[in-house]
Amino acid sequence: MATEFHNLQELRHSASLANKVFVQRDYSEGTTCKFQTKFPSELESRIERTLFEDTVKTLNNYYAEAEKIGGQSYLEGCLACATAYLIFLCMETRYEKVLKKIAKYIQEQNEKVYAPRGLLITDPIERGMRVIEISIYEDRGSSGSSSGSSSVSGSTAR
Amino acid sequence: MKKCEYQQIDPRALPTPTPTPTPTPPHHRGDDDGGGGGKSDELKRPRRKWEVFPGKNRFYCGGRIIVARQSGVLPLTLGLILVTSGLFFMFDCPFLVKHLTSCIPVVGGVLFVFVVITLLQTSFTDPGILPRATPDEAADIEKQIDNTGNASYRPPPRTKEVLINQQVVKLKYCFTCKMFRPPRTSHCSLCDNCVERFDHHCPWVGNCVGKRNYRFFYTFIVSLSFLTAFIFGCVTTHLALRAQGGKGLVFALQESPGSAVELVICFFSVWSILGLSGFHTYLVASNLTTNEDIKGSWSGKSGEDVTNPYSHKNIFINCCYVLCGPLPPSLIDRRGFLPADESAQTSGADIEVPTVATKSEINVCTQGTKGLLESASLPPLLSTSCPQGKPQTAHTCPDNNSPAVNSDPSPELSMSCGARRAASPQGDGSPSHHTKTRWKKSKRAALHVPNPAFDVPVSPTSPDAASFAPSQ
Repeated sequence: MATEFHNLQELRHSASLANKVFVQRDYSEGTTCKFQTKFPSELESRIERTLFEDTVKTLNNYYAEAEKIGGQSYLEGCLACATAYLIFLCMETRYEKVLKKIAKYIQEQNEKVYAPRGLLITDPIERGMRVIEISIYEDRGSSGSSSGSSSVSGSTAR
Repeated sequence: MKKCEYQQIDPRALPTPTPTPTPTPPHHRGDDDGGGGGKSDELKRPRRKWEVFPGKNRFYCGGRIIVARQSGVLPLTLGLILVTSGLFFMFDCPFLVKHLTSCIPVVGGVLFVFVVITLLQTSFTDPGILPRATPDEAADIEKQIDNTGNASYRPPPRTKEVLINQQVVKLKYCFTCKMFRPPRTSHCSLCDNCVERFDHHCPWVGNCVGKRNYRFFYTFIVSLSFLTAFIFGCVTTHLALRAQGGKGLVFALQESPGSAVELVICFFSVWSILGLSGFHTYLVASNLTTNEDIKGSWSGKSGEDVTNPYSHKNIFINCCYVLCGPLPPSLIDRRGFLPADESAQTSGADIEVPTVATKSEINVCTQGTKGLLESASLPPLLSTSCPQGKPQTAHTCPDNNSPAVNSDPSPELSMSCGARRAASPQGDGSPSHHTKTRWKKSKRAALHVPNPAFDVPVSPTSPDAASFAPSQ
């Protein structure tokens, strides 16, 4: 039990960071927020491809929902214009509501999927919505020395 | 079930605010617990992110209000609007209410309120500033750009092409912010920030106009043109009514001198404001920015078949999207707190005189990309050597791959050297100076300024790394 990593706090406080992977934005559909679903090679030994892709696709769906233009967003916009945009001072916009959902989702994913594998996702909003930063934490190698790449130590640890 | 053991951290390697290299117990790890164990109480005040913002902006009301450093002619704009409207309500309204209708001051009042509110919102709202790239991100991008293993220091071309709606768009690399700019983003030199959907920097409102405040700006100029035209019309009517009965214009002006001032101001401003409103209405309808229009990005000047890839091909939809679309929140999180350990460390490091580290940074800055790449590849080796008994040697601990994470309190656990902490106040103290410097020097800035809130990976290169590396 002591050697198995359980929760996020433990990961942050006791593991050492080996590497960081950055999942970049996908601009093929314009400036709407969307991240590439290409699986980074550094994560190959750490997590299953499908899990990773699911996470990114869900995040993309959330962002699409936040930026969706349709009846409700127009209504919100027109109402805001009529009040000289003062309602933005008191009302939480739909975008902000969805961002809260995203934060909760990422927290949940970190706890359930990523932290047990020694990974940690940083919410893109903390990186200016440019990247999804995935921190890779080292597994302890067979001897006490920390080695270089996580995949090497990961394979020895297993 | 996988059994993963994570390396126990040597407590001596943990960042501590005290300058002495004595080992500190693990619970003094400066995470979220108020920074390093009460070293000096006055330094424990948690700092907000706006206090260490690297761009040229000023903040008021605890970070709630953001303006460009140069306020431009915003006071003049406000003054003109207030004076003209004040004169209107004082001189023209009483006469017109008596002779025409009492709707006039009501309409005038509504327009005036609209104008002032939208002007203040345009000026005080974050236009869509992109926070600068963290050092890790910047290093990652550098690795991708310069993966040819180019030994000599020569900045490679820094553009990236993406396909947006079947249109090729070139993304440029921003040397100040250390990232490839997203599409439609531009770096404003006056504010020293990259702004999303950058339209222009408006001196009249004293701020950039970008994604987040474009609708406020548009409403401002449209309502201002209505207000100006309305006042102009009312003043003309007022003077015409007074001059009736053969009394003449001069008589009318003598009776109501304020109207003369209004007339002059409105006459000269209504054309330019109406023109500007018309121009921006065109931009909104075609989903263009002033920047793109001026540069002719989508006008096909070069003879190629280029179309605006962002347009929805429908005027109504474009208008709705630009003006009534969802408003994204500010990305710079002005009022967020700096993570307690980092702010404590930066303030702790104020006590240490960072001259040695400063000099090391100066040495470091000339190494440039090569150094950055070397150190990016070195940390796995040097991470072992760092905590082992050389905690306080300045500038001998390259660890740029690690801990400088913005809001995660965690990752600086792995390595700590006095240099990193000492390096931060250099960034803290004068981020704007660093960001003003040239590319080579700004590499140094990149190493420790973009977000001086956290321990910056100073990457000392060849001499130090070479002497240090074998010691592992």
